[in-house]
Amino acid sequence: MDKSLSFVHTGQIVTIDNLLDSSLKPKLMEMGLVVGKKIKVLFKAPFGDPIAIDLGGYVLSLRLDEAKLINVS
Amino acid sequence: MKIALLGNPNTGKSTVFNLLTGLRQHIGNFPGITVDKKIGEFKFNNHQHTIIDFPGTYSIYPRSKDEEIVYDVLSDKNHPDYPDCAVVIVDASNLERNLFLFTQIYDLQIPIILVLNMSDIASKIGKKINLEILNKQFPEVKIIETNARINVGITILKETIDTFKPDPIQSKFITDFTLLSKEDSVNQTINTEKRFDKIRTLLNSITFEKEVKKDSKSSNLDKILVHPILGYLIFTFILFILFQFIYVFSAIPMDLIDGSFSSFSAYLHESLPQGYFSDLISQGIVPGIGGVVVFVPQIALLFLFLSILEESGYLARVVFIMDRLMRPLGLNGKSVVPLLSSVACAIPGIMAARTISNWKERLITILVAPLMSCSARIPVYTLLIALVIPSKLVFGFINLQGLVLFALYALGLVSALVVAAVMHLFLKSKEPSFLLLEMPSYKMPRWGNISLNVLEKVKIFVFSAGKIILAISILLWALATFGPKDRMANVVTSLEKQASFHSLSKEEQLQKISSEKLANSYIGIIGKSIEPIIRPIGYDWKIGISLITSFAAREVFVGSLATIYSVQEDGAENMSLLNKMKAEKREDGTPVYSLATGVSLMVFYVYAMQCMATLAVVKRETNTWKWPLFQMAFMGAMAYVGAFIAYSFFK
Repeated sequence: MDKSLSFVHTGQIVTIDNLLDSSLKPKLMEMGLVVGKKIKVLFKAPFGDPIAIDLGGYVLSLRLDEAKLINVS
Repeated sequence: MKIALLGNPNTGKSTVFNLLTGLRQHIGNFPGITVDKKIGEFKFNNHQHTIIDFPGTYSIYPRSKDEEIVYDVLSDKNHPDYPDCAVVIVDASNLERNLFLFTQIYDLQIPIILVLNMSDIASKIGKKINLEILNKQFPEVKIIETNARINVGITILKETIDTFKPDPIQSKFITDFTLLSKEDSVNQTINTEKRFDKIRTLLNSITFEKEVKKDSKSSNLDKILVHPILGYLIFTFILFILFQFIYVFSAIPMDLIDGSFSSFSAYLHESLPQGYFSDLISQGIVPGIGGVVVFVPQIALLFLFLSILEESGYLARVVFIMDRLMRPLGLNGKSVVPLLSSVACAIPGIMAARTISNWKERLITILVAPLMSCSARIPVYTLLIALVIPSKLVFGFINLQGLVLFALYALGLVSALVVAAVMHLFLKSKEPSFLLLEMPSYKMPRWGNISLNVLEKVKIFVFSAGKIILAISILLWALATFGPKDRMANVVTSLEKQASFHSLSKEEQLQKISSEKLANSYIGIIGKSIEPIIRPIGYDWKIGISLITSFAAREVFVGSLATIYSVQEDGAENMSLLNKMKAEKREDGTPVYSLATGVSLMVFYVYAMQCMATLAVVKRETNTWKWPLFQMAFMGAMAYVGAFIAYSFFK
């Protein structure tokens, strides 16, 4: 079932299904957020935003606003 | 050969650059834009090679201002900095994302030496790379492995560069690749998808992973360092320690520099033949240079600590935990570094704002950075505090003078945040604000990188700020030395008519003359003419003169007062100046430096944009005079209103 990455809890491993269209889309993809990629939510900043995810080899932090653009399952 | 050094951030690119070039590097400018160009040189077998270290990027399509230069240079074969070949550094432990940039550069058909860096980490986490198949895919590319952190493979890299024949690349990785415009996000998306698909297929054939236990050191540290409560406490604690160290350790070299420059200028004044030219050297140029050099210890120490924090990976965590707090203020987690740097000097701070990709967030950061109290304000604060704040304990253990100093810093910081929030309301931006930040794993800092970074920052300060401070010092010297002919000629004769003048010692007479000359110089006339404006905030024309002269740099305020009150500056304590100022009376017999005037002056110096060098840097960074002028206007207004409120309150 599809849901936005912004709702994923710490410690969960999910797979990217698709990215919503936005001007940020190419940037997100360039950072390695591509369809089919397995990601794990590692930790969240105080107030739950931004979040840090393991992208298989490196850790990326992004705001919830960016996470909302990413649908995962 | 002209080489471009390219790669993702955190791949060890600058380590490679530093190992290749050592001290033979300098900062230049790319034509037409303000991004700094790091150029380095090295010799191998008597062949000279020039390397340009480009900012770390994930793609040739830029996401922030400092990344644009990569696109601008690589897309334009006629660009003066277009390289003969590119050395692309990739992190061997994270090939998928790293090969993205590499294949883009390959498709631009620039000859490439591919450096697989950190191959030790790759094998530690169980990644093996089949170089043969990789080379078959990119036959024109020379591939080598290095481990820059422990200096492995650098000589081979030098040799490879030296013997490299940059043959034009005929093939392309993505066969129908064409360079898109920076803004064409629709087609960039399509191309990115295509490229990643192809990279993944390629990676399946060249890497194989074996299961190994993951290194959990970083994640354990992160549990503490980004903890909702502990995280902020640790950050505050680190800042506290950092500033303690900076003040304690910079005091000694600063006194030394200050002392030697003033004795040198006194020596010159005595030994050079009398005349304007000698005065220009001994009173304009030498103190001007001294005024620049004296801040080097503080700036060097601050950047020493900041680079340690950055190299260790901690700074990225600071950005991470601060981002949510900064956002309502129109700032970005990345604004923390510029604001921190501005405590030493706003100039490197403003330049550090380049990493902020959103124009509005970057602009607000630049506009509020000078509100942070910089090192040049310290001499002013110290003098004024010693003058009007009694040295007594409050609550039994806090020194009141120290408390006031702390309050001045806090006032600057809080005002910076409030002003940011106000600008956030008024400045509009359609650009999306985002934070996509790689969190590097924690590692021991490399001292070579740190020292070169500190050196670079000090150079930036000395040359960009120094030039302007020196120029203004000379201009102000001229304005303070020359005046209307008739008035200047009268100074000595009218003094000699006074009976009291003759009872003074020779030295006191000379001081009296220079004080009177200053009062009658052009600057004295300006100071007197602004008196009606500054009287409501509690200042007389003598303070007015010092306000004007401190436009070169704020600390000049102290030196100007010393000249006006015709005393010698005597080092850090300035006892004779203090006594003279304490004794100074208004016409009605009340002291000039009352508590109200003193506090009013402190508030004025917290807010006023008394620094031409900063204005020039803001002009350079924003590419228009609009923002520095706006900055000067709002900071000036805050200074005047703030000083007025403080004066009325304490009167």
